[in-house]
Amino acid sequence: MKLTDKRVIAADRDTVWQALMSAEVLQQCVPGCQELTGSPEDGFEATVVQKVGPVKATFKGGVTLSDIVAGESCTITGEGKGGAAGFAKGSAAIRLSDAPEGTLLDYDVEAKVGGKLAQLGSRIIDGFARKMSDQFFDRFKQVVEGPAPDDAGAEPSEDAESETKSWGKRLFSR
Amino acid sequence: MPKDGGIGASTKRREDIRFLTGTGQYTDDINLRGQAHVAFLRSDVAHGRIKGIDTQAAAAMPGVVRIFTGADFEGIGGLPCGWQVTDRQGNPMQEPGHPVLAQGKVRHVGDPIAAVVAETREQARDAVEAIEVDIEELPAVVDMKAALAEGAPKVHDDLSSNLCYDWGFVEENKAAVEEAFAKAAHVTTLELVNNRLIANPMEPRVAVGDFAPHSGDSTLYTTSQNPHVIRLLMGAFVLGIPEHKLRVVAPDVGGGFGSKIFHYAEEAFCTFAAKQLKRPVKWTSSRAEAFMSDAHGRDHVTKIELALDAENNFTALRTETHANMGAYLSTFAPSVPTWLHGTLMAGNYKTPLIYVNVKAVFTNTVPVDAYRGAGRPEATYQLERVIDKAARELGVDPIALRRQNFVTEFPYATPVAVEYDTGDYVATMDKLEQIADLAGFEKRLAESKARGKLRGLGVNCYIEACGIAPSNLVGQLGARAGLYESATVRVNATGGLVVMTGSHSHGQGHETSFPQVVADMIGIDANMVEIEHGDTDKAPMGMGTYGSRSLAVGGSAIVRATEKIIAKAKKIAAHIMEASADDIELKDGRFTVAGTDKSLAWGDVTLAAYVPHNYPLEELEPGLEETAFYDPSNFTYPAGAYACEVEVDPETGKVTIESFAAADDFGNIVNPMIVSGQVHGGLAQGIGQALLEGCVYDENGQLLTGSYMDYAMPRAADVPFYSVDHSCQTPCTHNPLGVKGCGEAGAIGSPPAVVNAVVDALQRAGHTGVTHIDMPLSPSRVWSAMQG
Repeated sequence: MKLTDKRVIAADRDTVWQALMSAEVLQQCVPGCQELTGSPEDGFEATVVQKVGPVKATFKGGVTLSDIVAGESCTITGEGKGGAAGFAKGSAAIRLSDAPEGTLLDYDVEAKVGGKLAQLGSRIIDGFARKMSDQFFDRFKQVVEGPAPDDAGAEPSEDAESETKSWGKRLFSR
Repeated sequence: MPKDGGIGASTKRREDIRFLTGTGQYTDDINLRGQAHVAFLRSDVAHGRIKGIDTQAAAAMPGVVRIFTGADFEGIGGLPCGWQVTDRQGNPMQEPGHPVLAQGKVRHVGDPIAAVVAETREQARDAVEAIEVDIEELPAVVDMKAALAEGAPKVHDDLSSNLCYDWGFVEENKAAVEEAFAKAAHVTTLELVNNRLIANPMEPRVAVGDFAPHSGDSTLYTTSQNPHVIRLLMGAFVLGIPEHKLRVVAPDVGGGFGSKIFHYAEEAFCTFAAKQLKRPVKWTSSRAEAFMSDAHGRDHVTKIELALDAENNFTALRTETHANMGAYLSTFAPSVPTWLHGTLMAGNYKTPLIYVNVKAVFTNTVPVDAYRGAGRPEATYQLERVIDKAARELGVDPIALRRQNFVTEFPYATPVAVEYDTGDYVATMDKLEQIADLAGFEKRLAESKARGKLRGLGVNCYIEACGIAPSNLVGQLGARAGLYESATVRVNATGGLVVMTGSHSHGQGHETSFPQVVADMIGIDANMVEIEHGDTDKAPMGMGTYGSRSLAVGGSAIVRATEKIIAKAKKIAAHIMEASADDIELKDGRFTVAGTDKSLAWGDVTLAAYVPHNYPLEELEPGLEETAFYDPSNFTYPAGAYACEVEVDPETGKVTIESFAAADDFGNIVNPMIVSGQVHGGLAQGIGQALLEGCVYDENGQLLTGSYMDYAMPRAADVPFYSVDHSCQTPCTHNPLGVKGCGEAGAIGSPPAVVNAVVDALQRAGHTGVTHIDMPLSPSRVWSAMQG
């Protein structure tokens, strides 16, 4: 499963890049992420709860950043084991460039699943992967841009919302 | 006038009473005192290196008795392969090891890595989830041609490549075949896929291992078509237990279709663990496990070419097939694309020159082995499809083209090493034209058209080699087992009989049809005969039930043993009646001295055998029990002609089977009702393959059809009311019953009929570019074909 998409983010390249390199941002953006620890250099440990069709599982695994060209591009790779549910792996190759509205973020996502997830959920995996990546980059855009005044409450979760505000405030107040 | 008993009577199946009332005794119904349960940790990657297995947390889980890994099986044998194929250069096939639990590497999704034995099944399953396995995922090979490419990842590091063998048949004919193609007036070429199938018997596999410390004997209860062979393979090659210390019992078995012929790792594990733990160990497969651990079927990719002369006579046939073996060699896997496939490429036709090339390939998928028909459906499908295509290209009637090329004189030695003893292909085709009302097709075509539907007619023939087979022949072909059958007939003092047969019954109705044979020979009521099967401690030996061999081979052994019984009983009767044994006649259960009114009832003689007060003790032992082994001198060759009519919805591409007719020649018939039932079941499976079933792996070797949500089984609404006929009978010339076998015919003959019919429907509707669609003919595939 492969897909390609892009987002325009109303922030400068440096801001977008710093957000990409932030564990806090990653945790807010990875859908279903319960816990994320670590650093961009050493990689992150993550716990993600997701439901794919009939299979709901807690995935434990790592998130790593690689192919890092500061301010330009990087690859975020996630890999989670869901016990009896099997495993899921995904990566997003991200490129940043300047755009009139701020920063253009292009990405190519590759996802694959194994074990019971593939056996029971193959028909819905493509849609699931698209949903996951859409959610990730939509949240990322929101986190970086900060919530629009009329957008309050549209966040996926209240926790994410409050963290979003605090992270956005801190970044922009620097 | 239908008979009400004996050979030829449609006696109702006595075993159905217990099956239909829920009182069957299946392996899962066996629960032994003190038994523990096992759950397997299976690989969820297709190919990977095991870097570590941490069982510490799992071992501390509630109820866990012991956790086993591949390390516990070091020095213990792997699962053996029962057939060695020799390649074109005369070298033996590449034969990898097949450990009970993975050692070093995992090679398919579902490959067992570790086993947890716990007090309950649930505890075992929970603990499996707590095992931490560190697997380095390796690139997987799924596509057969890619697996043979230079530099492809190797499924087995110790083999030179992923090629199991490159088989040529008949290699000496290759040059002559090529010459015939060069001279041909017309050559038709077709490339096709015989889709990978999952057997899906109603009952999943189960194994219960038991060990008796007082005697040192092991017992395995298992869902097998083949208990004696499991005893031999597991005892001699895996666990090193001699046969006299090992008993294998296969009680009621809820269908197998081939998938329960083979010896599986779980059987060896339960037997091994029971001995280690000194308590019974039970495993019951979940349906999800069955999808990724039962041997799969078919999975051939073929190019077939048919050469014809200017008069449309077949002059030569040439095929190239890639056959998927999966990750390991299952018990009989190498024989399926070779000796059960290449030898059938002549079909019902007198093609003088044939060359078959088969490349068997290892991939990171579940092992592939025999599935109802085993090799013969693959042969029939490609042959009958290419003939249909040739008829279309030549603008001739496909039935006429077949009739023109039929073998008409018997015995007939094919150019692919077998000799058909009897047959009458013209008669079965005539019968088919009648029962399928082919004369009325045009009218039905017009009716369909008026309803906006595209109607098509598909006709084909098939032949199969059944009743396998002569041991000396299969031995030359690479079989590591004999293929005879045995029977012991025990007559009790009061006249009832117990027949212990090596043929296992898992739905075929042996408990009904075998007594019909014995009762007919003696002239008694069939209810006086009981069949015992499926227990290695009862029947002397058995080679199992597959290849439509039970009646032809197992039934013949019963006939031979019963003949011995009758011969001895006549001697006893002669002594009592003071006559010569040569003058004793047995009819309707009475012994009569020919030409006199002196007679004795069956029960008088059997009682005398066990109460030998007036008995020829100097000449005869008391008792009445005889054993016979029967080894046939040839295969049997059932054949027939099938017709299918379909309607295709031009809007959606959905195919519906409007009618299906089967005219079979099975030789003599013991129970016509059971034969019809066997054909019905086979047709449903063949139609399932043609329209619905297909096992799919993604490019990483992940099984995508792992449940009935994605693997479509045929249901009642998918199949029509069949018209089946088996009145064309050319009895087999070399077995005492003159029977040929009927279990696989329906699954062999039906897929080409369905595909021929769909192509015909599309062609008639003007889609002349559509010459082939690969199975399963899903609405999406048919619709796409119609779009060009």
